[in-house]
Amino acid sequence: MVKVKIWGSLKNLADGSDYVSVTGSNFKEVIDNISLKYPGLKPQITRGVSLAVDGKIYKESWFTPINEDSEVVLMPYMQGG
Amino acid sequence: MKKLHVNVSVNNNDLEFLCNPEDTLLDVLRNDLNLTGTKEGCSTGDCGACSVILDKKLVCSCLVLAAEVDGSDIDTIEGMAEENKLHVLQEKFLEHAALQCGICTPGILIAAKSLLEKNQNPTEKEVRYWLAGNLCRCTGYDKIIRAVLDAAREMRKDYGPNYS
Amino acid sequence: MDQITPKTTKEFKIVGTRPLRPDGIDKVTGKAMYGADLYAPNMLYGCLLRINEPHAFIESIDTSNAEQLSGVKSIVTFKDFIKINPDNKNNQILENCIANEKVLYDGHAVAAVAAVDLSTAKKALKLVKIKYKKLPFVITIEDAMKIGAPVVAIGKKNENIPDGYSDNVIQYCSFGHGNLEEGFKAAHKVIKRTFKTPSVHQGYIEPHACLASMSNDGKADLWCCTQGHFNVRSICSSIFKMDNSQLKVTASEIGGGFGGKTTVFIEPIALALSQKSGHPVKMVMSREDVFKATGPTVSSLVDVEVGMKKTGKITAARAIIRYEGGAFPNETYELGAQSAFAAYDLDAVKTEAFNVLTNRPTQAAYRAPGAPQSIYAVESVIDELCQFFNQDPLYVRILNAAKKGTKSSYGPTFDDIGLKATLEAAKNHPHYTSPLKENQGRGISCGFWFNFGGNTCVSLNINFDGTVGVVEGNPDIGGSRSSISQMAAEELGISLDKVKTVIADTNSLGHNDVTDGSRVTFSVGLATIKAAKAAKKELCKRASKLWGIDEDAVIWKDGYAHPAGANAGNQEPLSLEDIAKVSSQTGGPIAGHYEVNADGAGVSFGVHLVDIETDMETGHSKIIRYTVFQDAGKAIHPSYVEGQMQGGSVQGIGWALNEEYIYSSDGKLQNPGFLDYRIPVASDLPMIDPVILEIPNPGHPYGVRGVGETSIVPPLAAINNAVSRATGIRFTELPLSPPRVLKAILNKQ
Ligand code: FES
Ligand code: FES
Repeated sequence: MVKVKIWGSLKNLADGSDYVSVTGSNFKEVIDNISLKYPGLKPQITRGVSLAVDGKIYKESWFTPINEDSEVVLMPYMQGG
Repeated sequence: MKKLHVNVSVNNNDLEFLCNPEDTLLDVLRNDLNLTGTKEGCSTGDCGACSVILDKKLVCSCLVLAAEVDGSDIDTIEGMAEENKLHVLQEKFLEHAALQCGICTPGILIAAKSLLEKNQNPTEKEVRYWLAGNLCRCTGYDKIIRAVLDAAREMRKDYGPNYS
Repeated sequence: MDQITPKTTKEFKIVGTRPLRPDGIDKVTGKAMYGADLYAPNMLYGCLLRINEPHAFIESIDTSNAEQLSGVKSIVTFKDFIKINPDNKNNQILENCIANEKVLYDGHAVAAVAAVDLSTAKKALKLVKIKYKKLPFVITIEDAMKIGAPVVAIGKKNENIPDGYSDNVIQYCSFGHGNLEEGFKAAHKVIKRTFKTPSVHQGYIEPHACLASMSNDGKADLWCCTQGHFNVRSICSSIFKMDNSQLKVTASEIGGGFGGKTTVFIEPIALALSQKSGHPVKMVMSREDVFKATGPTVSSLVDVEVGMKKTGKITAARAIIRYEGGAFPNETYELGAQSAFAAYDLDAVKTEAFNVLTNRPTQAAYRAPGAPQSIYAVESVIDELCQFFNQDPLYVRILNAAKKGTKSSYGPTFDDIGLKATLEAAKNHPHYTSPLKENQGRGISCGFWFNFGGNTCVSLNINFDGTVGVVEGNPDIGGSRSSISQMAAEELGISLDKVKTVIADTNSLGHNDVTDGSRVTFSVGLATIKAAKAAKKELCKRASKLWGIDEDAVIWKDGYAHPAGANAGNQEPLSLEDIAKVSSQTGGPIAGHYEVNADGAGVSFGVHLVDIETDMETGHSKIIRYTVFQDAGKAIHPSYVEGQMQGGSVQGIGWALNEEYIYSSDGKLQNPGFLDYRIPVASDLPMIDPVILEIPNPGHPYGVRGVGETSIVPPLAAINNAVSRATGIRFTELPLSPPRVLKAILNKQ
């Protein structure tokens, strides 16, 4: 299982905890499984999310490998100026 | 509406054009004379991107009516380099990286040239006040001021001690 | 202009030097072609009709009289676009370019005309008859959030909005960790304040401009000034339901953007006018239109609460952020919430953010979007706490600074970051200990930005004569062609004058994301280095053929192919030029290319130090000295890194001291021009001293971090803190224009 930290305002839409746990070994699997397991998070995932894996922000690359002991943080989809 | 016929010398070339009474000098330079080096940033006299020298005076060409310039001499950015030799100011702007996007550059070069024609040894403060009518949003002016001061230094050197 | 570089960095020959920029001569002689500089045979001029009402329902648009005017060739309204593509997924962008059912802000366009010349087009606009009904409107964040406020647009609200707000509150988020209550309890002092910042405009000197030509068979060419022509293509081709390949977008030279040219405003309109008339159509915005209808920043209303021990240690921090960005949703509020406390290592932190709809122009990105507003509030409160405890403000920031291993306030744990080194550089700089005179104050602030990577393609072609052409797809906004050429030359080991970098149109290269998020030197640089590596591999292969040895037995060093060791043979090394000259005979032209969706841009921090003198009689604040410290990872062309640091700082200075959108009580913008919207001019400023630090980014082969955005973040609080210290009055609203400051001084007396 991968432990994914979600941001504050998503807590109540998942099950009230700071983290969600899903299976998956890369970006896409993790995101897809969050949508399946926590349907409350689906609208946000459809709007767009990034993942920070061990401190590095990935905007969308599906096949970024994720290990069970990676630090994984769900973040909004990021855009600059 | 009847068009007006105007004779001018632009960058030492004698030219003539037809314009509407409401056309500005900037409109004519850009749209009729193919001199698009002079830029339009506001058309209200507030940004200096359209600076040209009209009969030795620095003006915003967006505030000058084209019909008024009959018989005048006009210098634009296109006439600043001689043949293939850049003006010292142009060289110094490149050397000091005094431009980022470069849209303000023609206007600032023209304004700076007119300053150095009047004052060969300006202080930093004088350069800053002279260029206060030329907006640059990219550079924060630092490198522009350095380039102008350096060009002034260089020109004084070139023209010998009598120049300053 | 100091540069602080750790000794361990890789040795470079060309990277880190300051060559003249390749496009420089064209730009100092007036030859460079910007958005408005292209003319086409038989072209028309397009113009937009704008309604000067903040909120109105459009009942009818009658264009029949205008159509009759001689010289008018086409007129379009929103309805024409619905006919073209009823289910366009970029409707929101289109509705901002031209109103659908409602006028949503003062200056919203409703119809467009193309005619043989500009004066005819303008005459025709006067003949268009619009019937509309005025609607109640909202301008400020406070008003828009209240239950019962006029609703700007219904059905835009996300599922997670807390109760107690009007339907204008459409987006909400929160971030953070730790126990706030305990944290605040542990503090010796808690300060809570509310801050306001106005909307400000990016203020690029070049107004938006384009030239569009679309034929009946649906093929089109578009020339425009944009930060991302591939993005313009995506948006426009979906609006016109056309294949990407049929719309060729060429980016002109661009006269500044700063985030404001990352979307479209007139391009779809010009295409539609061209399609309808069969002529090329040129459109150039007026400065007034730029202010009224293109994106300013969000305005903000932010509460910040910070608890501190008397030692200077922060025990808890919290912010409630409210941003307003006009009539459409946007994501800036999230960035504000994430960046607010990013500079600090905190056990207990929470940020909440709301996005609110108003009847104002749609916000667009502006350098580090969302960060200056929230960080301004945070850094001001921290400074006040430092003053309260009589603690050194740099010492306190060093004590609490985020570092490698810090769990950031927005979630992830930081890798190598340069904040501490940047703060220490500021502390050791002579500016920090120089004496101040009466009525002078010294302000400091940290700043932060994420930096991004993104989709990037680069082709690198080795010509037969040994010169190199690099083809990339990101408009060059501040000298990037120079940096890209430098990285190519460095990697290939050849001299810089052999390399030329050009920016390709959308048909000549794969998709490239917009020039934003400080991504170009990082991502395009990365792709260029990889493309050069691919070319080197091929060069080695050709050398191996020429020598009749194994491919693996050849290595590339300093611009030459060498036998890998004694076993490989003792052939004379071959230069890039030697190999290029015979490439036709050894297998054909040599090239390398690289395509990537880059990640790992690496966050960037800056620290600004400013001395201000406030005239107690007029309230006018003058900047006496300004020093910028920023971590660039590796400065490829230090002059352009300095330029980014200086330019961003001055934009921040304008925001802090002068700039603001001013609305009248009838919801109309009062200052849509450079005369009344005053951006800094040369005589307002001293030199801006940049100090570049180089703490290499592990995510880039040369250690590059984005540098373009961070510098706009710190000036707001640095100046606020300096003026507050100079006057002995704590300010909580920008800009610190003379009337506001004077009023506070008089109130105090
Ligand atoms: S265009 Fe003439 S001053 Fe701005
Ligand atoms: S260099 Fe861009 S406005 Fe001056």
